[in-house]
Amino acid sequence: MTTIDTTDTNDLPPQDPNAVSITINGRTVEARKGDFIIAAADSVDEYIPRFCYHPRMSSVGMCRQCMVEVEGPRGPMMVVSCMTPVADGQVVRTDTPQVKRAQEGMIELLLANHPLDCPVCDKGGECPLQDQAFSHGAGESRFVEEKRHYEKPIPISDLVFLDRERCILCDRCTRFADEVAGDPLISFTQRGNNTQIMTFPDEPFASYFSGNTVQICPVGALTASPYRFKARPWDLEQRESTCTTCSVGCRTVVQSSRDELLRYQGVDSDPVNWGWLCDKGRFNFQSTNSDDRLSSPQIKSGDSFAASSWSDALESVARVIRHSREGSIAILGGARGTNEDAFMWGALADAAGVTMRDAQLDDGLPASVFSYAQATIDSACAGGTVILLAPDIKEELPVLYLRLRDAVQKKRIRLIEISSHETGLTKYAWKSIRAESGTAAGAIPALLVQADIAAQLASGPVVVVAGRANLAESASHSMDALTAVLAVVPSASVLPVLRRGNVRGALSLGLAPRNGNDAATILEASAKGNVDCLILLGADPLSDVADVDLARRGIAGAKFVVAIDTFLTASASHADVVLPAAAYGEKDGTTMNLEGRVTSVVQKITPHGTSRADWMIAVELMTLLGHESNFTTLADIQHAMSAAVPGFGSTTTAVAIKRDGVVVSVTPPSSAPSATSVAGPRNSYEFRLDLSRKLFDRAIGTITSPSLANLASEANVFIHPLDLDRVGAAEGTNVRVSNSHSSIVLPVRALSSIPRGTAWVPFNQIGADVRELVRRNESIVDVRIESM
Amino acid sequence: MARLTEENVRLAREIIGRYPKPRSATIPLLHLAQEQDGYVTNEAMSHIGELVGASSAEVFGTASFYEMFKFEPVGKYLINICGTMSCALLGAEELMHHAEERLGIKMGSTTADGKITLERAECQAACTEAPCLQVNYRYRYRVTPDQLDSLIDDLSAGNLSSEIPAHGVVASVRQHIPADRAVGAVAPELVTENPVWLDGKAAL
Repeated sequence: MTTIDTTDTNDLPPQDPNAVSITINGRTVEARKGDFIIAAADSVDEYIPRFCYHPRMSSVGMCRQCMVEVEGPRGPMMVVSCMTPVADGQVVRTDTPQVKRAQEGMIELLLANHPLDCPVCDKGGECPLQDQAFSHGAGESRFVEEKRHYEKPIPISDLVFLDRERCILCDRCTRFADEVAGDPLISFTQRGNNTQIMTFPDEPFASYFSGNTVQICPVGALTASPYRFKARPWDLEQRESTCTTCSVGCRTVVQSSRDELLRYQGVDSDPVNWGWLCDKGRFNFQSTNSDDRLSSPQIKSGDSFAASSWSDALESVARVIRHSREGSIAILGGARGTNEDAFMWGALADAAGVTMRDAQLDDGLPASVFSYAQATIDSACAGGTVILLAPDIKEELPVLYLRLRDAVQKKRIRLIEISSHETGLTKYAWKSIRAESGTAAGAIPALLVQADIAAQLASGPVVVVAGRANLAESASHSMDALTAVLAVVPSASVLPVLRRGNVRGALSLGLAPRNGNDAATILEASAKGNVDCLILLGADPLSDVADVDLARRGIAGAKFVVAIDTFLTASASHADVVLPAAAYGEKDGTTMNLEGRVTSVVQKITPHGTSRADWMIAVELMTLLGHESNFTTLADIQHAMSAAVPGFGSTTTAVAIKRDGVVVSVTPPSSAPSATSVAGPRNSYEFRLDLSRKLFDRAIGTITSPSLANLASEANVFIHPLDLDRVGAAEGTNVRVSNSHSSIVLPVRALSSIPRGTAWVPFNQIGADVRELVRRNESIVDVRIESM
Repeated sequence: MARLTEENVRLAREIIGRYPKPRSATIPLLHLAQEQDGYVTNEAMSHIGELVGASSAEVFGTASFYEMFKFEPVGKYLINICGTMSCALLGAEELMHHAEERLGIKMGSTTADGKITLERAECQAACTEAPCLQVNYRYRYRVTPDQLDSLIDDLSAGNLSSEIPAHGVVASVRQHIPADRAVGAVAPELVTENPVWLDGKAAL
């Protein structure tokens, strides 16, 4: 075959001014100015051994294992390739006798004190030190002396254990804690031969990201309690998947052995998680293995449940659906399943004429938030200004917090935070503005035209991170605030941060509210007796809806309740039929993160008991209800989905199997514009209730994971220290928190980061339930606090 | 015995004011804490962390690098007997044994009355005057067992209190820098760029 070179030299792209060409072992390698030699070598698969170097953290040159030879003016010189930037014309050799001698010497020194307990070490088999001792070591050590012995292991947090004698002082965990997580709670202590990684006495390494240090530890010094002594790496089978604990959608690899989930590890997806995971996402696989899982369908008889067959249970559900009055069937939830689950339940809802459906539980924003120009995590972190009108990102979307924090630390973006109390991102914000709940929308127009803020907004792209910060404040306030920002900065794009893993997928693929019938409206209708069949699709309104009274009335008012869930949740225990659902790791499919990025989730183990994927249940019900359905496999659904949903093309699901997924834009059915709310002024004797989530709470997936179950805190009400004096209560004593609806007793704590007049109560912690004070028809909640 | 006293917090702020970045004051503040309590307490390290904007673990990491910061109570007088070559050849071991017998304690421990702590030290750079020792880092040269006895007698009787202040006091005269001469702390968020030597990529 002949090819004709038609390249016109004038069409060549302009020479990249940062392009650098170097030679590694005789190969020409293109790199960019500022790259380190080790990264350039990685790009062409010339492996240089290393322990401390990590591409997502700054180089420190601690371990000296990555020495290479670089041609210098006076002959070859040894340099540390993780600290030496590339330069044009540089000649690097990684395979000379001198390099080999340096590598062998370093390994020998590292092993001088490293115990040879590989057979009982969790890292053995996947250990960079072990592997590189084989591949780059001398094979034998000249050291015959007794090695160091330390007390072992030391728990440095509830989750992480430290075996000090294995540590090679690579600085990865301490660098991660300081640079990436911003929680410098571990540090090198002592000096010289006695140097150790240690926490401060009585201050554990209580970082939300502590599990990452275990993953990046190049030896077995740091181990996590859920995996310690559970398996050997060569017994693990793994598949790449996506975490669906929150809507960030971090890439993970799901590892199991003997049909039991044993570990998740972060996978580096450049547009999303950079290899990091939060501890909740990393360790809540334990709930999948929990003995409390539902294993067979349950039908209520009297006050208790009796196990039944799937056919009986499904038939009883189908019978109820068949005999329900028109427009009296409601579906709540779906945001915890896959896109395929949501699509099939949406299809079932359409076929059965279900008008009431909502994937959110009155704790998010209307799906119209997707109709604005959409941002991605990368676009938010790329440059310009990020305006936070969102819940505490560190508590709810921890890995997004890492990305935003990184962008601020590297001075790429500036954060403007508008919130009712300080959050995890406050100390990284360029401006952090306190606006009492219900007042943000009113304050924004004047705020954003202040000279310095206006100049900042005009200087580059603007992304608004929009979510529902305060659960005791109606969504309309959040939407009003967003509208107010967009009125000043019309070019801004929006990154919606809604709750639950696949909330965007569920809303986009058929479970968005129709005609403004959102979860609260549905529950209200149910309370009035207008719902004949309430289907809870992995939803637990009694635990999650802020107006718990509404949830109680809604569940009680429904004539028949079907719960499809992995556990017998508070709401499921009120159901007439409970169907066991396959959990994360037990089913294949795709999921959509907060950006609209579709990635794969995979089945790694057999579903618990007889539990089934949600989509299968929907298909069965459709058949029982007499609707034509040709769906027998996941591929059938994906085929139908790509035909039915614009933007969800046939390639999407295929591409989604690949690591970074693909961002699709699906416009959900437009909901009725939400009414604008005006919060009345607060009586100065009262406090405005601020109810927001923390990472660890009493959520079912957390309390059924033994390693996380104890991380929830006691419920407290937090107020400003001066307010504490005003209330006349001592720190930690019980106070009465009340309004016209109810009254509860909580311990009070002073916190100077809470503005005066605001009472902050973390959601769903151990103790009295503050939701008793919340009523959905009041757009904000004011409470009295009295000492007892 | 705990966090820095109000007076010491005032001094701490003056010390912090001498540096462009508050963290640079960590070690002077650790000396201040050791002067206050005779050793560096955990509470003081947390307090210093708050004052300079570092975590307690970072302060502890820095402090524990240095031998002269003590994290457990030591006596009012810390006697460091040099045990390195020149001193060892000229009778340091005998001196240590003598001190142990005289005080009834082992090297590395403190007398019951909390007056004197014995420590073995590495070379104190007075090899021509061996064997030497330091009392709260004040030298005594060519020490014989008899001289050690009389030193302990003097310390116990308080005869040397003008020359040798209690452990932790670095100098008997405190240096003050007038406010108008202070560099003035720059809040970390206002520092817009790293000094060139902190930018790894500019190194070559």
